[in-house]
Amino acid sequence: MSSALRHVFLASLWRRRLATTLSLLAIALGVALGLTVQLIHSAALDEFGRGIRLLNGAADLQALGPRDGFSDALYPMLARSPAVDQASPLLEIEARLPDRDETLKLIGIDLFRVGAVTPALLPMGEDPDERAPASGGQLDALRPDALFLSPAASAHLGLGPGDRLRVQVGTREQTLRIAGGVPGAGVGQRLAVMDIAAAQQTFERIGLITRVDLRLAPGVSRATAQAQLGDRLPPGVALLTPEDASSETLGLSRAYRVNLTMLAAIALLTGGFLVFSTQWLAVVRRRQEFAFLRAIGLDRAELRRGLLAEGGVLGLIGGLLGCLLAYLLTALAFALIGGDLGAGFFRGLAPQVQFEPILTLIYLALGVLAGLGGAWLPAREAARMVPARALRAGDEAEVYRARPRWRTALAALALAALCCLPPPIGGVPVFGYLAVALILTGAILSLPGTTAWAMPRLPAGRSTLWRLARARLTAAPGQTVVAGAGVVASVALAVSMAIMVDSFRGSVDDWLTRLLPADLYLRASDASASGYLDAEAVARVAALPGVAAVRPVRFETLRLREIGGETSGEAGHAMALIARQVRADGGLPLVAGTLQPPTGPSVPTPVWISEAAADRLRLGVGDAVTLPLGEQPHGFQVAGIWRDYARQQGSVVIEIADYRALTNDSRTNDLGLTLTPGTAPEPVMAAIRATLGEQQSEMILPGELRTMVLEVFDRTFLVTYLMEAVAILIGLFGIGTTFAALATSRRKELGILRHLGLRRRQVGTLLATEAALSALVGVAIGLLAGGAIALVLIEVVNRQSFRWSMDLQLPIGPLLIFSLAMILLAAIAARLSGAQAMRQDAVLAVREDW
Amino acid sequence: MLAIENLRKRFDTAAEHPLFEGVSLTLAPGQSVAVMGESGVGKSTLLNCIAGLESVDGGRIRLRDQDLTALDEDGFAHLRRRDFGFVFQAFHLLPHLTLAQNVALPLWLLDQDDATADRRARAMLARVGLAARADDWPRHLSGGEMQRVAIARALVHEPALVLCDEPTGNLDPERATGVLGLLFERIQDAGAIAIMVTHSLAAAAHADRTLRLTPTGLVDATVAP
Repeated sequence: MSSALRHVFLASLWRRRLATTLSLLAIALGVALGLTVQLIHSAALDEFGRGIRLLNGAADLQALGPRDGFSDALYPMLARSPAVDQASPLLEIEARLPDRDETLKLIGIDLFRVGAVTPALLPMGEDPDERAPASGGQLDALRPDALFLSPAASAHLGLGPGDRLRVQVGTREQTLRIAGGVPGAGVGQRLAVMDIAAAQQTFERIGLITRVDLRLAPGVSRATAQAQLGDRLPPGVALLTPEDASSETLGLSRAYRVNLTMLAAIALLTGGFLVFSTQWLAVVRRRQEFAFLRAIGLDRAELRRGLLAEGGVLGLIGGLLGCLLAYLLTALAFALIGGDLGAGFFRGLAPQVQFEPILTLIYLALGVLAGLGGAWLPAREAARMVPARALRAGDEAEVYRARPRWRTALAALALAALCCLPPPIGGVPVFGYLAVALILTGAILSLPGTTAWAMPRLPAGRSTLWRLARARLTAAPGQTVVAGAGVVASVALAVSMAIMVDSFRGSVDDWLTRLLPADLYLRASDASASGYLDAEAVARVAALPGVAAVRPVRFETLRLREIGGETSGEAGHAMALIARQVRADGGLPLVAGTLQPPTGPSVPTPVWISEAAADRLRLGVGDAVTLPLGEQPHGFQVAGIWRDYARQQGSVVIEIADYRALTNDSRTNDLGLTLTPGTAPEPVMAAIRATLGEQQSEMILPGELRTMVLEVFDRTFLVTYLMEAVAILIGLFGIGTTFAALATSRRKELGILRHLGLRRRQVGTLLATEAALSALVGVAIGLLAGGAIALVLIEVVNRQSFRWSMDLQLPIGPLLIFSLAMILLAAIAARLSGAQAMRQDAVLAVREDW
Repeated sequence: MLAIENLRKRFDTAAEHPLFEGVSLTLAPGQSVAVMGESGVGKSTLLNCIAGLESVDGGRIRLRDQDLTALDEDGFAHLRRRDFGFVFQAFHLLPHLTLAQNVALPLWLLDQDDATADRRARAMLARVGLAARADDWPRHLSGGEMQRVAIARALVHEPALVLCDEPTGNLDPERATGVLGLLFERIQDAGAIAIMVTHSLAAAAHADRTLRLTPTGLVDATVAP
């Protein structure tokens, strides 16, 4: 069999070079996309993990609080605990670099403590032979302006020992001196360290720290220490394991990573459909060949194995090409868009392409599986063939007599509906994706039944060509299955993504419009960075001519040790706190509740929580909630639930007046300005620059901000669009090759039509009509399936992945144009391939029947 | 020895009347027979039944004392591989194999190594006068040449039984005579049993005997019905 396998089956792939090339390309693209996404994320996660390990060192537990920090009085309490062997306080600051318009992660360390827990953060002074803390350089490291840069930060900023770096504090600038490096930091980690007291002083955080790293005493378990120390922590501070802390970011990015992986999987699935189409048509064309082989002694199993081997080889070569392409694409992606594929989860990392043998083997195996899966049904069909019948010419139509599979199709769709109900597993909407796969399966299974139902209902018409096309598809609905499977898959994917992205974009646009009611926005830095506006700066801006009113916004983080009344895996994870005017300004896009809750001395203070927060805290409108503010617990009542696309981890909005009363924090991150009627924003912007300094503030008009956000949105979805385009391209390959192969497989039938007097052009028109009708059925089912998949993506996948809702929007115009284009392309592909098939002499084509 | 006893075949399982019944025939090695008959009487079906490509509804077929009707599908496939040769009207040459490879195909199925299969295929091609074109492709051949390759392929593995279904149906009379002469000469050389279905009296004349298939059995074609 091995010689026969090699010469009969595998050699036929070479004979069908065009179909083979397209199948290879389809599998290669599917594998390449999937592996690229995995390689990029793997490298980014690897680098992220390295950074986390570097920053965590040998810490067993970490005390973490709000972003702005908590009282450093906690540190001696923790350090003195018998459960703790070593404790190291840290102050983490995203320092804004005013002249560079970027931030640098700056860590304030206790030089005498950090070595015991996170030695990689130890700075080294200018003299490379002398380590700072243990030498005369120690004093230098303790100086208030001494800053030590990691190699990556030093290279990125182009600064070395002796250079100066300007950092922003509030709306003022401080200059720091580069006193040395942090040699223990990895090559991809951009960070700086300085003495913790100096950092507190420089960044006006006296008495505050953001983290305490703990090494536990021998024999004390993490759980024991968490139980012993947890109750002694102030509200808003949580004791987490380093793994829990890092899983915050990983958890947020996981849904995005899984989404991209699923898109790549759909591209690979479409590739599998292409293999199915080409293999099926090859089986039709080679029907007599297989019948002959059966006649001379090849048994069913050998025939099936031979055809599966063809699919397997296609998958293997396609997979190998895909893997090579993936490494090239990964290198290109790192060079062009960095390590986060546009979503911003891993900003600041500089990952490198690494060979991942297991991942590569998995994707290679997936390529082989796609090839084998695509060849499975054609191989089964070939093995079922009755050789005595197939040896006679004209038996090909047998293959296209597909049975309607309504029951299986309906069962798949019903199962898909059921899959929309269960919750996600580990934050991943596994059942949602299963529902997508089931909808696709149900749609493809409904193709023969729909064709058999629809074709006889088309008007009989008077044109001979129309009658022939209609009769052919009515008698052989299986032809539509072969031609339409790829069409359904690619149309469904394109339509679902178009509806989902359009709905998302429309909802984001609406959200921005409602969220940005002011005429001009001002901020000292990104909310997480070191710039802010103090009360005096806000007052100066408010007093400027042309400014009618100011709306201050303050951003903080909350850490809740208990979620929904119990300690869960997510307990202690950060959630955003936004203090702003709500009642007076409105502007919160509510999905439930009210912006005007009742007021009065006995009424609890209102908060408005985002959909994600409502989900995580398991709260609804009217529920009471206790939140830690200013290291004290305070009772609130949920007045409303709002849509927040900016903070996936959840957010809580509170009236800024209430926030200030509870915390005494008068700092402002963002300031919305309402201008007096008739005032242009430009003179006000110039006045603000003159007041606060040229580089210490960022100003933006709402229109610009909206455009910027939508640009970020589009950039985030760029990879999605690319993948969608690839899947459509693969679908179009499918249409082209399917109709080309169909025309070739029907050479004899078409030859007879030529003998009966049809002109070449008329045969071409016949093929185009059949193709258009097949594509029409495929597109119609694809549209319905795409709509259903879009609903699953919006209502299940997005809700479970990102915990946000969106309003359904149907881009009817583009969808109609896309559908018509697909039908037209199918007709053109069939017309062109028909012309090629008719190049053969009509007499030659029917010779075997004489 | 091939012995067919009382073979019966219905049109399909639901049909009341048989396509043919009472078909009996005995052939010794080296003997050949031509089967003629009206269109639709079941000549090709009879060949398919003998080859196990279609089931029978009664009777027995024995080859070298082996009851072929007792074989299952795979058993029949392996028997065909070893003991049967086929020549069809439509040649059925595989277009992506060279002439030598087409002839070597039955040897590959018998798991002969490539070198031996190639040597034997070339020798067989030489015997049908196509040695010089062993590495050529089927698309470059005339109909007569294609059928000579098919004959070489049918005989290369020295089968016990050669079944020919209208082997010259696609050829002009002059070429047909040449091809049939070659076919029966080679069959005689190999000492194989040959059954040929044909519409042509001239073709039938190459066989030792000519029989006519009727719904009630095989009758001598030289006797008027």
